[in-house]
Amino acid sequence: MRPFTYERATDAQAAVKAVAENPGARFLAGGTNLLDLMKLEIEAPTHLVDVGRLPFAGIEETDEGGLRIGGAMTNARLAAHPKVRERYPVLTRAILAGASGQLRNKATTAGNLLQRTRCDYFYDTTKPCNKRQPGSGCSALGGPTGYGAIFGASEACIATHTSDMAVAMTALDASVETMTPDGGVRTIKVEALHLLPEATPQVETQLAAGELITAVVLPPPPLGGQAYAKVRDRASYAHGLAMVAVAGGRVAFGAVAHKPWRAAQAEAALAAGASPAEAAAAEMAGADADDRRTHKIALVRRLAAATIEDAGSAR
Amino acid sequence: MRTTITVNGTAQTLDVDPRTTLLDALREHLGLTGSKKGCDHGQCGACTVLVNGVRINSCLSILAMHDGDQVTTIEGLGQPGALHPVQQAFLERDALQCGYCTPGQICSTVGMLQEAADGWASRETADLTAGISLTDAEIRERMSGNICRCSAYPQILAAIRDLAGEPA
Repeated sequence: MRPFTYERATDAQAAVKAVAENPGARFLAGGTNLLDLMKLEIEAPTHLVDVGRLPFAGIEETDEGGLRIGGAMTNARLAAHPKVRERYPVLTRAILAGASGQLRNKATTAGNLLQRTRCDYFYDTTKPCNKRQPGSGCSALGGPTGYGAIFGASEACIATHTSDMAVAMTALDASVETMTPDGGVRTIKVEALHLLPEATPQVETQLAAGELITAVVLPPPPLGGQAYAKVRDRASYAHGLAMVAVAGGRVAFGAVAHKPWRAAQAEAALAAGASPAEAAAAEMAGADADDRRTHKIALVRRLAAATIEDAGSAR
Repeated sequence: MRTTITVNGTAQTLDVDPRTTLLDALREHLGLTGSKKGCDHGQCGACTVLVNGVRINSCLSILAMHDGDQVTTIEGLGQPGALHPVQQAFLERDALQCGYCTPGQICSTVGMLQEAADGWASRETADLTAGISLTDAEIRERMSGNICRCSAYPQILAAIRDLAGEPA
């Protein structure tokens, strides 16, 4: 690890200011992703502002009948919360499909959304990577790419966002609330938080420097069933090759793009009366992969059809 | 960086580089070498300790984050002659070969049993709103963050099954 200084934040606005004014500063919450990347020197912040004990670790009901989840709430406590298990089972299922018990006890809601990609070439510091070292090239384009994107990739980057939680939140039409450096509050849909790679894959979200995610707001649960499915190389504790979340008429995919992927074509097909298989096929018509990833298009199509079917029978 | 933590019931104040992980603080500064450094990236679970009663990977935490926290390591669970029930169960079921992963396995089991007692579901839980029954599939899933390269898994499962009171 490169040397850094550390401060524990006691005031959210002061923490936002401290990070906004120092280009080398980063927020630290659970640390499960950031500290790992710092050990590999993929991340090398010069200052850490620990926001883990700011009062954003609770959960409350909103006037609209939804839930406001604190950004610092751990993944384990969120998955275990009685109201989440009862009304948003797709979210509990998604969180429990990710990481290990130990990691979920430490990782936070906001940190989960902002986790970096697990692309092997991003982690391999001996290889070029436009996300790690802008302008150096994309090694994944020439290598095995089972984890690569099949929607919205660019010549600069085919990395995927591999959060399970964010896929469920996208299907649930959740929003993040942030505190901005100018003292304001901003609301952003989870499906719009992350960006496609285009020519600047190192820019991963639309958050400004120092902007802090303080909460995730879930609207009331949608009518209809919910379901979550994940396919991976091991039976447990592995990142996904593909994930699908369904909540009522909304469908989202994970590990297929640089962001949690809202399957808008599948949703439109379902609304028009299509079968699960037809809806899945409608979305996959827009998928794009080189010949080393065509298997992934078939995988996601089948997983999506099965998961839409499961959600239908879970009504 | 000055940090005070309570380790196995004793308050300890350390003044160390901010880069010091909780694991390195325990091993290198407090002499508690029961917690092991396997992968140092949160993938193997050998460094698992309990912080405020909750199991975490001590390698993916810096000491400074834990000011005021209560930390329990394998050394604080039991002693020769007065073993913790989880230690006793591992002994009786011969749930180890080389033993390197064992402190992490045992601390993880203690935390996992509490999570199940609190009604926390896992990926293997069919009904998210019912109580937890620790079937073999539940135990395997909940312990997937602890790797045993000797592959003593059948005996680890047997030890935990004894504690969970499930039929063999």
